[in-house]
Amino acid sequence: MSSSTDADEKKKESFNAEAASLLVNNLRATFASGTTRSYEWRASQLKALIKLCDAHEQQIIDALYSDLAKPPLETVAYEIAMFKNSCKAALKELKRWMTSEKVKTSIATFPSTAEIVSEPLGVVLVISAWNYPFLLSLEPVIGAIAAGNALVLKPSEIAPATSSLLAKLLGEYLDNSCTRVVEGAVDETSALLQQKWDKIFYTGNGRVGRIVMAAAAKHLTPVVLELGGKSPVVVDSNIDLKVATRRIIAGKWGCNNGQACVSPDYIITTKDYAPKLVDSLKAELEKFYGKNPLESKDLSRIVNSNHFGRLTKFLDDEKVSGKIVFGGEKDESKLRISPTILLDIPRNSLIMREEIFGPLLPIITVDKLEESFDVINSGTKPLAAYLFTTNNKLKEQFVMNISAGGLVVNDTALHLAVNTLPFGGVGESGVGAYHGKFSFDAFSHKKAVLYRSFLGDAPVRYPPYTNIKMRLLKALVGGGLLGIIRALFGLS
Amino acid sequence: MKSLFLVSFLAPSAPVGSRPFSQHLTTKCFGKQLHFHSRCVLFSSYTCSATLSVVPDLQEKETFDGEKASLLLKDLRKTFNSGKTKSYEWRISQLEGIAKMLEEKEKEILDALNKDLSKPGLEGYISEVSQAKSSCSEALQELKHWMKPEKVKTSFTTLPSSAEIVSEPLGAVLVISTWNFPFLLSMDPVIGAISAGNAVVLKPSEIAPATSSLLANLIEGYLDNSAIRVVEGAIPETTALLEQKWDKILYTGSARVGRIVMAAAAKHLTPVILELGGKCPAVVDSDVNLQVTARRIIGGKWACNSGQACISVDYIITRKEFAPKLINALKEELKQFFGEDLMESKDMSRIVSPTQFSRLVKLLDEDKVSDKIVFGGQRDEMKLKIAPTIILDVPDDAMVMQEEIFGPIMPIITVENIEDSFGIIKSKPKPLAAYLFTNNEQLKKAYVENISSGGMLINDTVIHVATRGLPFGGVEESGMGCYHGKFSFDSFSHKKSVLYRSFDADSSLRFPPYTPEKEKLLKAIFSGNIIRIILTLLGWS
Repeated sequence: MSSSTDADEKKKESFNAEAASLLVNNLRATFASGTTRSYEWRASQLKALIKLCDAHEQQIIDALYSDLAKPPLETVAYEIAMFKNSCKAALKELKRWMTSEKVKTSIATFPSTAEIVSEPLGVVLVISAWNYPFLLSLEPVIGAIAAGNALVLKPSEIAPATSSLLAKLLGEYLDNSCTRVVEGAVDETSALLQQKWDKIFYTGNGRVGRIVMAAAAKHLTPVVLELGGKSPVVVDSNIDLKVATRRIIAGKWGCNNGQACVSPDYIITTKDYAPKLVDSLKAELEKFYGKNPLESKDLSRIVNSNHFGRLTKFLDDEKVSGKIVFGGEKDESKLRISPTILLDIPRNSLIMREEIFGPLLPIITVDKLEESFDVINSGTKPLAAYLFTTNNKLKEQFVMNISAGGLVVNDTALHLAVNTLPFGGVGESGVGAYHGKFSFDAFSHKKAVLYRSFLGDAPVRYPPYTNIKMRLLKALVGGGLLGIIRALFGLS
Repeated sequence: MKSLFLVSFLAPSAPVGSRPFSQHLTTKCFGKQLHFHSRCVLFSSYTCSATLSVVPDLQEKETFDGEKASLLLKDLRKTFNSGKTKSYEWRISQLEGIAKMLEEKEKEILDALNKDLSKPGLEGYISEVSQAKSSCSEALQELKHWMKPEKVKTSFTTLPSSAEIVSEPLGAVLVISTWNFPFLLSMDPVIGAISAGNAVVLKPSEIAPATSSLLANLIEGYLDNSAIRVVEGAIPETTALLEQKWDKILYTGSARVGRIVMAAAAKHLTPVILELGGKCPAVVDSDVNLQVTARRIIGGKWACNSGQACISVDYIITRKEFAPKLINALKEELKQFFGEDLMESKDMSRIVSPTQFSRLVKLLDEDKVSDKIVFGGQRDEMKLKIAPTIILDVPDDAMVMQEEIFGPIMPIITVENIEDSFGIIKSKPKPLAAYLFTNNEQLKKAYVENISSGGMLINDTVIHVATRGLPFGGVEESGMGCYHGKFSFDSFSHKKSVLYRSFDADSSLRFPPYTPEKEKLLKAIFSGNIIRIILTLLGWS
């Protein structure tokens, strides 16, 4: 257990179920004491997180470089800045979020007042991923803290530098009686999943998502599952090609070299337009990453050799290897694969059946753009779907017919930065949502509270049940004033 | 809400809870479940079959297995994919169908409830028919408004853009209902599923067979069977349904089966709403209007399906000195309501089944409990009736204080100070509802702040579930997710984020090659520091 308060030498001891159970018990004791409920505590923790970012920006950049060779600007823009923005928004809105929501009451329960009170769930578990190891660890933590929960964060062992940095920094900056980091891999995660949590927030893949949910079912623990999927980009021919190209590149290779859950997975365009699009992609890719992209400092590397092997297997597929129209270079020793475009590959190839999660971009061509809807709908629901067009009719149809976690028209990935939009999947791409107020809600229980006085106690509710009562009730429910009066006078 | 019928069958296998977590869990636990089910069929007294609406060409007695369930779902998906259920018109027509059915078949519904539970007509009307009506008319009234995409503000970093949240149907959903309010708890979720534009299968509870078969008939007669179906049955049928991939499952029943449902759902990443139960406490202060308090407690216990309701008052906590007064008031009002001979009252439901009857009797006959009865205690096994029974100061380790009672037994726990009640409530799993009777504002505030439960009601019982605008659902052991009104619509919808951009204002800042100037400018923009932005743009910093 590398929880930061354990300064003793037992750090190397394995984190088993017993240790996990102890940890949860400690956190429950703190939660029961009420510490985490106050506005002051929540605000102090959020402020501490901002301070952490400001004071250790370079270390964060270095950790991400060490884990993924992530370009510093990407780290600054997509991990640190987005996180700080979320934190600041939460601080600004927290009082309002915490205020209970008044609800109008109906005549049936008159006189009464009603409200919905947001209360913390208790002790929650956040299991994070390796691709945005900083943001995807701390963004859910904002929600958990803002909602007043105690929590354990399990960062991904696949991004070890960031994982240990998070353990160290959260240990220094946050209240360790309520917030703890457990580092580790499958064993540690299993030990954590055996415990009873009040919510589990998991970011990762569908296979592990199923395991997490099955483990949660044992304790009736609700889950948020942030998964992925094959996020398509539909490209119409009436567009500003250069802008579209740049935005596709930014969402694919400019997003951790395609290793992002909202990265464009494949493109669908018309047969006639495909060559133009390919040319434009080639030209802009060269402008962005130079003649030798394997050497570019502006591209992340593949995270590890497992994933490198997985990605090269896609390319080695017989049906695919002849379809490379750009890129395809790789350097196993540096874990680098250059931006690669594949044209017109068969839909039953491996690369079109699995989420790619890397720098390979297949382009599927259709005769008419509307056929893209069937292509997309024949697969599982993706986390994001993108459309580039100036045709308003097509936009409308796309929004109506394509089901995905989120949609962006004429850009990629950017919806993530809009705090007022919920971020989450549907079907295979996930369960539940977060970001902004939605994070607060995801980690809160919405308690319905109704207040009544002792006045207005109508005997009509109570036995003995008579025919007159029945008639009166029906009149009341039906809302017919005449019926009510009649029933009261025993006229009907 | 509890449907203990499954519990006794499933107990020996302890399918989910007892196995250590491993990667095999997901695949194995349910497999084991199935295995056990296949043995259980023998014990099931109620033989079931698919309704006619499911497989009209097959014999009624044929079993509904995984293959049939898969076929059924395929049909529904075909309808859903045709886009039919998405239109406002279709949803309205189906809701109108339900409204018409409620209008025309009220008597049949009340009769079925009477058959299953001896539920008094007026109670059936108030708590089931009228609630379903009100739910349906709210949906009819609000649907257009609910379906409208919600515009949201976009942030500075994505300008120029516009954004909205679009509610879209999830697909094909499964509603597994229960026996205590077998009509309402079937139709209310179905109304939500239809409002949100889904295809839906309803599996009513086999423990309330008259209502179950009535629902199968009525839904076939009044609604579009290409998208809305009823499957009647017990464990094997439910198991066959749970093997399929649904887009949402709403289950009402016990926590134990809730775990099984969720584990099955996990295999397909299907989100679930679990409406469970728990021991709902009523804390009674000594400054209350005693008569009104007593009547409202009775209204939420014995007049609520004889205590067989998920939000029924499970036990009372009050001060030692006040307990005798409260007991007297309860006795007095019980007699007013139900007459001198409580066993003969027509205004009280019976116990649903012999299994439930003997479970309740066992609670009463426990040594620690039997001498604590201060009122009632009579039972008639033939008629499945148990009199309203009050027991005073039973120890906390008595079974009646350890499990949800779900029947006409009411323990009263006494404390020195009314605040001591908080500790007692918190020592148990979070209940679906928690009640407090008091005039003390301070105490109300403390109660709302300190007690966690699905819902909460001050100075009354049960009626918070009839309040429009309030979500209904549990927390922790009492459930997950919520429904009612707009919350039903939301629970059966996916909230799709949509961001619209134009091709204008394409800043090169986002794009490689990444230069130190770009990094500086980005930082300045994100920190919202105008001066730094200007300085950076001018190349001064």
